[in-house]
Amino acid sequence: MKVMVCLKQVPHQDARLEIRDDSTWIKEDNIKFEINSYDTYALEEALRIKDANEAEVVVVSVGPDRLTQALRTALGMGADRAVHVNDPAAEGSDSLGIAKILAAVAKEESPDLVITGLMADDDNYSAVPPMLSQLIGMPSATGVLKAEAQDGGYRVERELEGGALEVVDLPQPCLIAVQSGLNQVRYASLKGIMQAKKKPIDVKTAADLGLEGQVGASAQKVKVEKVYVPPKGDTAEMVEGSSEEIASTLVAKIKELGLL
Amino acid sequence: MAATDFLKLDTTHFDAEEILVRDSVAAWVSKEFMPRLQEHVRQDGSFPMELVPQMAELGMFGANLEGYGCAGMNNVAYGLLMQELERGDSGLRSFASVQGSLCMYPIHAYGSEEQKQRWLPGMAAGELIGCFGLTEPDFGSFVTGMRARAERKGDHWVLNGTKRWITNGSIAHLAIIWATTEEGVRGFVVETDSDGFESRDIKGKFSLRASVTSELFLQDVKVPEANRLPDAAGFRGPLSCLTQARYGISWGALGAAMACYEEALDYAKEREVQGGPLATKQLVQEKLVFMLTEITKGQLLSLQLGRLKDRGEMHPTMVSMAKRNNVDIALRIAREARDILGANGIVDDYQAMRHMLNLETVRTYEGTHDIHTLIIGEHITGMRAL
Repeated sequence: MKVMVCLKQVPHQDARLEIRDDSTWIKEDNIKFEINSYDTYALEEALRIKDANEAEVVVVSVGPDRLTQALRTALGMGADRAVHVNDPAAEGSDSLGIAKILAAVAKEESPDLVITGLMADDDNYSAVPPMLSQLIGMPSATGVLKAEAQDGGYRVERELEGGALEVVDLPQPCLIAVQSGLNQVRYASLKGIMQAKKKPIDVKTAADLGLEGQVGASAQKVKVEKVYVPPKGDTAEMVEGSSEEIASTLVAKIKELGLL
Repeated sequence: MAATDFLKLDTTHFDAEEILVRDSVAAWVSKEFMPRLQEHVRQDGSFPMELVPQMAELGMFGANLEGYGCAGMNNVAYGLLMQELERGDSGLRSFASVQGSLCMYPIHAYGSEEQKQRWLPGMAAGELIGCFGLTEPDFGSFVTGMRARAERKGDHWVLNGTKRWITNGSIAHLAIIWATTEEGVRGFVVETDSDGFESRDIKGKFSLRASVTSELFLQDVKVPEANRLPDAAGFRGPLSCLTQARYGISWGALGAAMACYEEALDYAKEREVQGGPLATKQLVQEKLVFMLTEITKGQLLSLQLGRLKDRGEMHPTMVSMAKRNNVDIALRIAREARDILGANGIVDDYQAMRHMLNLETVRTYEGTHDIHTLIIGEHITGMRAL
C-alpha cells in the first residue's frame, strides 16, 4: 500500500503580509512559511493508514528551496520519503501546471491512494485536486470529512452546503481531497525529527518529469492581474445610543431592508 | 525569518533539524498550551497536567539525554526547545527543566544501570513526574548549610529534613533528595508515597502561577540503599544538575524576552497616539532597539554555549554568564514591554507582565543573579569576594 500526499507550503498564518510592488503576489522574503493547514489533515489521514496497515507514505510538493522545511516537517511527523520538485522553470505555475507536475510524479510513484487538502490557505483555488484526479485518471471526492477502507476501495463522507453530508464509494486507486478538522493532526516529535534526518528527499526538475515548457509562468492559462486589499467601504452606518436604542434601530433597519 | 532573527541565525547557524524542533514545539505551545494558560495563571499554582502525555509524546522530557526513551537531541536543539516552552510561560519551561535536567539527568549521570532502567523510561513517557529537593527553608544560595540528613541503617537509609521552593513537589512520584550523610552529601530517589514523606503547596505566588511550588517534609523516611544514586558524591552531584538546568534557562529566558518584544512591537505599530502609531515615537523606538539588540546578543551567547556543550568544552562559569545575562535582559525587556503596552499591559490579555513576574523567580532560582556575578568574579580574579 502506497499513499501519496500532496502538500503545499503557504505563508504562516501569523505572518504579516505585504503586497509586492508589482501587485501580482505578496512579498515572500521576510515571512515564515508552514504546511497548508488542509494538507496537514491530508498527511495525518495518510499517517493513520500507515499506523494501521503498514503503508508507505510519500509526500510530494512543488516549490523553491524553502520547501525543504515543510517536507522535513512531514518526514518528522512520520512520512517515509519526500519528492521535491524544485525548479525555477516551474515557478509561476497556475493550478493546471501544478496538477501536471503532481500527475507526473504520481505516474512514477503509482500510489494506491492520493490524499490532498481541499484547498490552499493562501490562494483558495481548490483547483489542483480535481485537475490532478483527471490527469491521472483516478476517481475523486472532495470535501471529505471521513474516509474508511471498504471492499477494496473507500467509503467517504463529503460535506455539502447547508450542513448535509453525502456518502460515496470510491474504488482503489482514487484521490480524496480532505476538509479541515477530519482528524487531530499530530506534531512532529523530537524523536521523529531526529529520525527524519535519514529519510530521503528526492529532488526533481520539470525536465526530469518530461514537462519542459509545459509548466511555469510561460505556460500559465490563468494569469494573476492584480492582488490588492479592497478599500474600506463607505456604506457602513454607525448606530449610536443606549443598548435598547441601538437594538430597536437595528430591528427597524432590518425590517426596512426586508430581511425579516 | 522570525522577527527576532536579526543576524540570520536561522540560515547560517541553526541546522534544519534544530529549526524543525523549534517550530514544532512553537506550534504545540501556541495551539495546545496557550489557550489553557490563563485559567491556570488565575488559579494560583496549578499546571495543565492533561498536557503531560502530549509533552512526553513529543519527546520534551530529558530531550538531550541518550537512550531510555529519550530523544537524544543535541544541546542547541534542546536549548531551542527550552526557548519555545518559555516563550509560552516560565512555568511550562520549568516543568520540563525540572523533569529533564534536575531529575532525569542525575539518574542518567549518577544512577546505576538498574536505576536507569527502572525510572528513566517512565519519566521520559511522563508517567513518572520528578521533583528536585535541594533548597531548604533556611538555605538557598548557601547550599552547604544543608540540614537534611540521611543516616544509614543496614540496607536502607533514614531521611529527615525539609525542602522548600520545590517545583512539582506535590504532584511528583519521585523526589531527588539531596541530604548530608557521614560520608558527605548524597542523592536519593525517594518515592513520594513513602511513609513520612509529605508535601504542601506554596500559595499566593505573584510569579510562576502556572506551576506547582511546594514544601517537602521528610520525617524518618525509609529509603532503600537501592534508591541511592551510587555515583553522586558531594555537592558536585546537585551542582552539576543545576548547570544543566541553567544552560536551558539561558535559552528559556530568551523565549520569554522574544514573546515580550514581539508583543510590544505589534502593539506599538498598531496603537494610535497623538496622530500616529506609538512606534513613531523616538522613546518607544529606543526601547524596541534595546530589546532586539539584547535578544540578539543573548542568542549568540546561548548558541555558542550550546555548541561548546556538544563538544564537551562548556565550563559551568560560562553557564553562569549566560544564565545571569539572559535572565537579566529578559526581565528588563519584559518591564520595557509592559511599559510600551501602557495600562493594557497590566491585564492578563497581554503577556509582558506575566513574563515579567515569572522572570523575577527565574532571576532568583538556579543561582541568583548576584551569586552568578560572584562565581564569574571569582573565576576572573582567582579570588573569592568577601
